[in-house]
Amino acid sequence: MLSKFLRAPAALAAIAFSTLASADYAVDILPPVTPVSREIYDLHFGILWVCVAIFFVVFGAMFWSIFKHRKSVGAKAAQFHENTTIEIIWTIVPFVILIGMAYPATKTVLDMKDASNADISVKVTAYQWKWEYDYQQDGVKFLSHLSTPRDQIEEYGKPGAKKNENYLLEVDQPMVVPVGKKVRLLITSNDVIHGWYVPQLGVNQYGIPGFIKDAWFTIEKAGTYRGQCSQICGKEHGYMPIVVQALEPDKYAAWVKDMKAKMPAEQPAAAAPPPTDAGGSATAGATGASQAGATGAAQKVASAAPATAADGKSTYDKTCMACHSTGAAGAPKLGDKAAWAPRLKQGMAALHAAALKGKGAMPPKGGNTGLPDDAVKAAVDYMAAAAK
Amino acid sequence: MSASTHSHDHGHGHDHGHGQAHEHHGPPAGFTRWMYTTNHKDIGTMYLWFSCFMFFLGGSMAMVIRLELFQPGLQFVDPQLFNSLTTIHGLVMIFGAIMPAFVGFANWLVPLQVGAADMAFPRMNNWSFWLLIPAAILLVGSFLAPGGAIASGWTLYPPLSVQQGMSMDMTIFAIHIMGASSIMGSINIITTILNMRAPGMTLMKMPLFVWTWLITAYLLIAVMPVLAGSVTMLLTDRHFGTSFFNAAGGGDPTMFLHIFWFFGHPEVYIMILPAFGIVSQILPAFARKPLFGYASMVYATASIAILSFIVWGHHMFTVGMPAAGNLFFMYATMLIAVPTGVKIFNWISTMWKGSMTFETPMLFAIGFLCLFTIGGFSGLVLAIVPVDITLHNTYYVVAHFHYVLVSGALFAIIGGVYFWLPKWSGRMYNEGLGKLHFWLSMIGFNVLFFPQHFLGLAGMPRRIPDYALQFSEWNMWSSIGGFIFGLSQFIFLFNVIATVRGGKPAEQKQWEGADSLEWTHLPTPMPYHTFETAPVIK
Repeated sequence: MLSKFLRAPAALAAIAFSTLASADYAVDILPPVTPVSREIYDLHFGILWVCVAIFFVVFGAMFWSIFKHRKSVGAKAAQFHENTTIEIIWTIVPFVILIGMAYPATKTVLDMKDASNADISVKVTAYQWKWEYDYQQDGVKFLSHLSTPRDQIEEYGKPGAKKNENYLLEVDQPMVVPVGKKVRLLITSNDVIHGWYVPQLGVNQYGIPGFIKDAWFTIEKAGTYRGQCSQICGKEHGYMPIVVQALEPDKYAAWVKDMKAKMPAEQPAAAAPPPTDAGGSATAGATGASQAGATGAAQKVASAAPATAADGKSTYDKTCMACHSTGAAGAPKLGDKAAWAPRLKQGMAALHAAALKGKGAMPPKGGNTGLPDDAVKAAVDYMAAAAK
Repeated sequence: MSASTHSHDHGHGHDHGHGQAHEHHGPPAGFTRWMYTTNHKDIGTMYLWFSCFMFFLGGSMAMVIRLELFQPGLQFVDPQLFNSLTTIHGLVMIFGAIMPAFVGFANWLVPLQVGAADMAFPRMNNWSFWLLIPAAILLVGSFLAPGGAIASGWTLYPPLSVQQGMSMDMTIFAIHIMGASSIMGSINIITTILNMRAPGMTLMKMPLFVWTWLITAYLLIAVMPVLAGSVTMLLTDRHFGTSFFNAAGGGDPTMFLHIFWFFGHPEVYIMILPAFGIVSQILPAFARKPLFGYASMVYATASIAILSFIVWGHHMFTVGMPAAGNLFFMYATMLIAVPTGVKIFNWISTMWKGSMTFETPMLFAIGFLCLFTIGGFSGLVLAIVPVDITLHNTYYVVAHFHYVLVSGALFAIIGGVYFWLPKWSGRMYNEGLGKLHFWLSMIGFNVLFFPQHFLGLAGMPRRIPDYALQFSEWNMWSSIGGFIFGLSQFIFLFNVIATVRGGKPAEQKQWEGADSLEWTHLPTPMPYHTFETAPVIK
């Protein structure tokens, strides 16, 4: 018993040693790649150095006093307790320093807010727990999910699989943008508040359900830039990364062409309704779209299976697994016969209805309201089969 | 009973006004003493023990959080439970640990320092303490509700908070009850300070601790109803079909953020102003020199309190307010640095040319001064809108507010306990253990939170149970620091219990430089009832 009690700290210590000894320690803001993020970088360092200077003055005085004015070295206490001149000075001087800081910051704030004259506009919709990118001019629309396999993440009582280099910061379908073009983001959410945050782009903007907020960036250097959802949005908040890939304009054009070629095949009856809320210069929705499409089907774009042949397992993997694999918020686990038995007794129709309308902590359609009803039912059937 | 006691020559023998038959100074024995007590000392003690319990409870949640974050991957808790732990850790520490601790200090010290016999409304005082118990049970007990405790973050932003299970309703009721308790406590404190000061104790003669609490109490009365209103709107959105925060019904989730932070920012100062007061008592006592700039301290405290009402938007720079809104809140926030700087400069000038000794309370006060200043710097960095946008909701923010709330508020509370424990209990704590506690806390704290600045700068979001590999090293250091800091608090607990149960007798004026009424006018150990005859302040 005692040895077991001691083994856990010893194991932690061993892990600690191996991690901390081979460390590369980042202590800085990531390298900026847009004009705005460079301004932020410079602002931060400017302020940091001012703070460091004040730090040395303040701490210098304090520690001088601590070492010189101690009773043990025979210091006698003076009895002064005010000095109007010095009190006025130390009110005015910080004020002047603050004005010096506020001036460049104000300039950057105004820059950041100026999303006008963008070259391309992309509507970004946050879902629990994935992102949707809708290219307003180019008619490309797709979802972007975490692509790190579950077996690298879950290590409950067992070692996980070897983690990828970009563990938790990798997606199945990155957002692709052209280098050197001003990209305007129209950010919103389908369910709760999320935050679209990519540090190197200098963008961190909440997506708020029912409202569209804009932000912009112009990437100067081709490359892949990674970020995460910044606002707690539920269980999988830590698992909705953002990957932005900046390509040279010709490669971007090729990517758009490629994506468009894929879209009609995968989305036979879908049409993205032309966004009227964005105020952007939106052209048509998806190419060759018929008017009959449901918005739900549109959201299946670029995923493996067409919506009409919804496969229960793939829906489960994308939407249901977040809770039903671990039993979060009281969700019955996949394959947990005891938990499913009373539910199965209610009959499949009741289970389908519960999944569609939501039950207890579970939101309608597991929070993914874009799913077609059939896909939800198929996922329920899949889970039910696993529990029989 | 408030003013009448002042005219009596002998306190005992006259009607106490609270219906107790005992003629002597001793309290009744047993549980009913605590259940029915109207004595400010007993109630202060209960507040402090309650706070201590909640501190260890909230701290144990933090330990689980740091254990999960020790390395990437999920090893111990699932993400839902992780989110519940961060949420309840925040609520427990704010409403259960820091705030009740300060009310405990106010109960003990306000009557003693203004020369009053007790608080103005002793029965309400009892009630405001006992309300905390059901509130705490609702809040912490919500872990047992279906679906577990709320996992929306302590800020309760809708629509996520609308999605939560019934634990959200329990939390809302807990907040209502704690709010009622805080408001009653505040009314009591304000009335005591304004009406029950001893003859000659003018406002500008009051110890700074009393001043900071007077201002804090006004802040509480101003903002607790705002919080109650916002969570009530959540409640009706959840159950009664309203759409305050639902765009589909004509509402706006952003409105909740505005209302919440209109409460939330003054709340930040509610948790730090009494700490300023405590430190302003401790530093002069050990420098053996009067507080520098007493009047400017009072004005600075009042300025901070007033400014606290116009800076709430700095929690919301990523919401997408217009540029003018962001700029207004940035300027107002930066302005707070001025009075805060004045306080820091005053404290250092108090130490300057003093004759200092470094007993445990002084160590914690100096620790406060050093680390709160660092928290102030990171606050200034975060005030700058563009920088805030890139750091918002990252570990940089977590580091910042733990520097001001742990090494700020909590260090002041711990320093204050060491400072007044000899007076309260009549017994002296173990100085060696106190110093050990200080140094372990100081080292553990900095190893815990300083690396979080780097994590935030590198872009690690807060409230995530698992993280990308480049964050591994600093997270591990942070966890190691967390375990040191957490474990070292047991030294404190042991020291306090050992002191109360059998410490060496303390002197009336245990600290050479202490000069407020409880040290100069009252014996150690203190009688159960004090200042039944008001002292006359020259």
